[in-house]
Amino acid sequence: MKELNSKIPAGPLAEKWTNYKAHQNLVNPANKRKLDIIVIGTGLAGASAAASFGEMGFNVKVFCIQDSPRRAHSIAAQGGINAAKNYPNDGDSVYRLFYDTIKGGDYRAREANVYRLAELSNNIIDQCVAQGVPFAREYGGLLANRSFGGAQVSRTFYARGQTGQQLLLGAYSALSKEVERGTVKMYPRREMMDVVLVDGRARGVIMRNLVTGELERYAAHAVVIASGGYGRVFFLSTNAMSSNGSAEWQAYKKGAMMANPCFTQIHPTCIPVHGSYQSKLTLMSESLRNDGRIWVPKKKEDAEKLAKGQIKAKDIAEENRDYYLERRYPAFGNLVPRDVASRAAKERCDAGFGVNNTGLAVYLDFKEAIDRLGQKVVEEKYGNLFEMYERITDDDPYKTPMMIYPAVHYTMGGLWVDYELQTTIPGLFAAGEANFSDHGANRLGASALMQGLSDGYFILPYTMQNYLADQIGVPRFQTNTKEFDEAEKQIREKINKLMAINGKQTVDSIHRRLGLIMWNKVGMARNEAGLKEAIEEIKALRKEFWQDVKVPPQSSGMNNELEKALRVADFLEMGELMARDALMRNESCGGHFREEFQTPDGEAMRNDAEYSFVAAYEYQGPDKEPVLYKEELKFENVEVKQRNYK
Amino acid sequence: MGNKGLSSITKKLIMAITGGAMVFFLLFHASMNLVAIIKPSGYNKICEFLGANWYALVATVGLAALMVFHLIYAFVLSLQNYRARGKQRYAVVEKQEGVSWASKNMLVIGVIVLLGLGLHLFNFWAKMQLPEVLHKLGIEADITYAADGVHHIVNTFSCSVYSIIYLVWLVFLWFHLDHGIASVMQSIGWSNHVWQKRIECLGRFFAILIALMFASVVLYYWIGSFIG
Amino acid sequence: MKLTLKIWRQKNNIDKGQFVTYNVDNIPEEASFLEMLDILNEGLVVKGEDPVTFDHDCREGICGACGLYINGHPHGKFKNTTTCQLHMRKFKDGDTITIEPWRSEAFPIIKDLMVDRSALDRLIQAGGYVSVRTGGVPDANAIPISKHDADLSMDAASCIGCGACVATCKNGSAMLFVSAKFSQLALLPQGQVETYERVQKMVARMDELGFGNCSNTYACMAECPKGISVTNIARMNRQFLAAKIAEPLKK
Repeated sequence: MKELNSKIPAGPLAEKWTNYKAHQNLVNPANKRKLDIIVIGTGLAGASAAASFGEMGFNVKVFCIQDSPRRAHSIAAQGGINAAKNYPNDGDSVYRLFYDTIKGGDYRAREANVYRLAELSNNIIDQCVAQGVPFAREYGGLLANRSFGGAQVSRTFYARGQTGQQLLLGAYSALSKEVERGTVKMYPRREMMDVVLVDGRARGVIMRNLVTGELERYAAHAVVIASGGYGRVFFLSTNAMSSNGSAEWQAYKKGAMMANPCFTQIHPTCIPVHGSYQSKLTLMSESLRNDGRIWVPKKKEDAEKLAKGQIKAKDIAEENRDYYLERRYPAFGNLVPRDVASRAAKERCDAGFGVNNTGLAVYLDFKEAIDRLGQKVVEEKYGNLFEMYERITDDDPYKTPMMIYPAVHYTMGGLWVDYELQTTIPGLFAAGEANFSDHGANRLGASALMQGLSDGYFILPYTMQNYLADQIGVPRFQTNTKEFDEAEKQIREKINKLMAINGKQTVDSIHRRLGLIMWNKVGMARNEAGLKEAIEEIKALRKEFWQDVKVPPQSSGMNNELEKALRVADFLEMGELMARDALMRNESCGGHFREEFQTPDGEAMRNDAEYSFVAAYEYQGPDKEPVLYKEELKFENVEVKQRNYK
Repeated sequence: MGNKGLSSITKKLIMAITGGAMVFFLLFHASMNLVAIIKPSGYNKICEFLGANWYALVATVGLAALMVFHLIYAFVLSLQNYRARGKQRYAVVEKQEGVSWASKNMLVIGVIVLLGLGLHLFNFWAKMQLPEVLHKLGIEADITYAADGVHHIVNTFSCSVYSIIYLVWLVFLWFHLDHGIASVMQSIGWSNHVWQKRIECLGRFFAILIALMFASVVLYYWIGSFIG
Repeated sequence: MKLTLKIWRQKNNIDKGQFVTYNVDNIPEEASFLEMLDILNEGLVVKGEDPVTFDHDCREGICGACGLYINGHPHGKFKNTTTCQLHMRKFKDGDTITIEPWRSEAFPIIKDLMVDRSALDRLIQAGGYVSVRTGGVPDANAIPISKHDADLSMDAASCIGCGACVATCKNGSAMLFVSAKFSQLALLPQGQVETYERVQKMVARMDELGFGNCSNTYACMAECPKGISVTNIARMNRQFLAAKIAEPLKK
C-alpha cells in the first residue's frame, strides 16, 4: 500500500503557504537552464505554468491538442474570476473567500489548499491587469465587480461575458512571449498517449502528432498535466469537442491516483437539449442569475399547455409563476450554488413543471431586470450572451424568457495531488481542472479560472523548484531507452487493435450510449441500484466497443475517428470508476446527490462521520477493481455544518 | 515568401502620401478650371503663369514623381497582395456587405484613370507646356496657342467623342477618389471609431466635388459648342 | 432538410484537391452547421470512407477553431456569426452549399477544410504581449483606466483568432488581426510602455510571414464574426508612423 501524504505545511492556516515558500528548496538560475519540464495542455493552468517556468529559466516543452494554445477550453468561461480584493467594500476578505469556497464545496476540500487559493486570488487579478487584460471598469477608472452564486459579496471580476477568453489570452500572450524568447517550445496538434516513468519518476511522454499520425517521444525532468476535465464522459456537456480525460487516465494507469472521480458539476443554466444529433451543450453564464429570475408555472396544466405550444410564457400571470429558488432559498434566491440550483430545476421538471416539449427546461426571465434597469443596461451586461442564445434557439431573450436546463460542466474530481500539486508519481504534477484539489464536491462559479491561474502562475513555479532542487545533477534524458520503447509499443498495439476491429458501430454512436448511461444513472441524482446497473452496463458497452467499433483507416496520417476512439476507450473505463466512486460514497454532498441520502425537504445530506475524506483510487490492471485510499479531511478553521442557503 | 524591402505599412504610407498630394493638386486644378467658365481671359492668365516657368516646371516634375511613385507602389503592392492570396482561389465569391466595388478594384480603376491622363496630356499638356519647354530649349515648336488654354478647351470639347471620353474618365476618377481619399486618411491613421464614418463621408464629398468641378467645364464647353 | 454539399477534399498539403459533391438528407433545422457535417461524416464512416476533416472545438463561437468558407463567405454570410453558431434553419430545403477551406498563402491546407494558422501565433509571438513577468506587479487598481479606453480595448480584445479576416481579404492581409491585438494593448497604460517596439515588431513579422498589405477595403470588418473595427488598423498605422518618427529622435 502506498501512503497518501498531502504534505500540508505546519503552522496556522494563514501562514502555511508563507512558511512553505520560506523553507522550500530552490534551483539557482544557472541550473534551471539544465532542467526540462513538459507541460500538457495550454489552458489557464498549462499556459500560465509554462510561461512562468520559461520566465524563470527552465526549458519548457508545451503541448496542445488544437492548432493553437489559444483554443484551450478555458477560453469559453464566461462569467468571471473571484478574488478577495474587497474593492466594493462589502465585507470580503481572504478568509471569507476561503470559507465560501469550502462551504460551497460542501466540506470535501482541503482547508490548506483552499486557503492558499483564496490568498493567491488577489495576485491573479494584479497579474492579469499588468498583462493588459481589459477587465470591466467603472467610470472612475477602477475595476468593476459582480456577484456570483454561493457568495453574499460582490467579488467577481469580469471582462463582459468573455472573462475566460481574456484571461486565457493573457496567459497565452505570456506564453507567446516565452516562445519568442526561446525558453518555451510549443508543439500544437499533439495528444498525450502516455507518461513514461524511469525508476518510478515521470520522465517523459509519448505524444501522437495529430497531423502526421506519428508517435513522438519527449523526455524531461518533470511533467505537468494540465489537460482539463473529463466531463465529456457524458457525451453531451458544455466541454469542447476535443476536451478529454485521456492524459489523466494514462497517468492513472501508470500509478497516479484519481481522486473523487464522481464529483461532477452539473451547471444549472445551459441551453436545453433539443435533438439526438446534438454534439454539445452551450452554457449560459451564471452571471445571468444576477438579474434573471428562474421560474416554472405553478399549475401543472399550464406546463402541459406550454409543452404542447398552446400558450407562451407571457400568457402565464405573475401569480401563477413559481419562482422556486426564491421560494426555497430566500437568503440567496437565484444565486444559490450551482449544485443546489441544478437539483431544484430537476426537481421541478421531474414533478412535471418543465416548460418545453421535452419537459426538461425552466425559464430564466429578464423581464423584471429590463423593466428595472432598461434594455440598454441589460444589453451592456449580457448582450453577447443574449445574442449567443438567440443564435442557437432563434428566440429573443429580450422579449421572451430564456429556457435553460442543467448540463455537465466541470469535473471537480481529477488526479490526486498533494499540497505541492504533485500526484502519487514523483515528478508528475497536475494543475487546473485535471487535479482534484480545491473545489471539494461542488465548485462555486468564477472559481475555476481562479484555480487554474493560481496553480499555474503562483503555485507550480514554487513547488516545481522544490521537486527539481535535487535533480540538478540528473543529465538530460535520451528517448531511446527501453522505457520509451515499451510505452510506445503498447500504444502502437492499442492503435492497431482498434483499427483491426472493423466493426459496425461508429465511435460517436457508442459514446452517445455511454453518455446516456452516465446522465441517467451517474448524473444529477444517483441511487445504489442505478449505479450498480450503470457499472454493468458500462462494462458491457466497453466490451461491445472493443468488438464492434468501426475505425476506418484514412488516406493520410490524420485520423479523427482514431483520435475519438482512443478517447472513448478511456471514457468507457472512466465512467465505470465514476460510478464506483458514487456507489461507495453513501452520502450526498455538493454535486454528488444520492437519492437515499437527503433531508426531508430534499437537500443533500452529508455523512461527515464516515465520509469526510478524499477518495483516491489506485489502478490495479484492466478490468480489476481499483484500490481505494482515503485521505481524511480535517477542518480546524471552519465549523462543519449543513449547508444552508435559506 | 516574405515581403522584402520597405515594410507593408511604409509602402501604404507612400501610396497614401502620394495619393493625398495628388488630391490637393486635383483640387487646385479643378478650381483653376472653373475660372475657364467664369472668366476665360483669367483662365488664360493662369495658363501663362503656369507655362515654362521654373516654379511651374518644378511643380510638374514633382507631380510626375508623385504619379510615378504612386504607380510603382500600386503595382508592387498589388503583386504582393496577389501572391499573398495564394494560387488557389475561391470557387464561390460573394460580395461582402458594405465593401465598395471601387475599394476592391483600385488598380484597374487607377490604370483607366492613367489612360485617360495620357489622352489629357496629349490634348493639353503636349500643346501647351511642352512646346514652350521645347521652344526654350531651342527646339523648334509651335507656341502660338501655348498659353491659350481656352482655345484648347474649346477645341477638345467641341468634339463630342472627346467630351464623352472625358466624362467617362471623370467617372472613373470619381471611383478612384471615392475610395482613395478616405483610404489616405485610414493609411496615415487619421481615423477612429467616431471619425471613421465622417471621414468616409468627407472623402465621398470631395470626390464628388472634384469630379463635378471638372465635369462642369467639359459640359459647359460641350453644350456650348452646340449653342455656338 | 435535403441538401447538396460541394466540399473541398484534399488529402494533404501536396495533394491537388478537388470538390466532391455529397447529398445529405434528414438534416434537422435546429442542427448547427457543424452538426450537419457530423451527420455527413458519420454516414461516411459507416460507408468506410474518409470523413471530412475540419477544425472545430468549443462550438459556441469563442475558441476560434472553426472556420469554413461557406457559399463565398467566411463563416457563412450572416453577421457576427462563427461557423459553429450558424444553424441550418438559415438554409432552405434543397439548397446547394459550397464549403471551402480558408485560402491564403499564409494558411497552407493540412487536409480537406483544415488549414494551418500557426502564422497567427507567430504574429502574437512577435510582440502581442506586455513584457511583464509573473509576480512583482502593482495592485490592480493602482492605475485607473478610463472606462471608455477599457471598453475600446475590450472591443479589440474580442478577436478570436479564427483568421476570417485573412481569408476574406483579397490581399490575404492580417492587418485586422494584428491591429486588434496591438490596439488592445495600446489603449491600456500597461501596454503603452512598449507600444513603439510592439508595432514595429508585429508589422515586421507580418511582412515576413507573407501576409498581404491592407488596401482598406474593410472586407475584414464586414466578415469578422466578432465585429472588430478597422479603426484599429488606423490606430496601428498612426502608431507605426509615430514610432518611425519618434524612434530616431530618441537616439
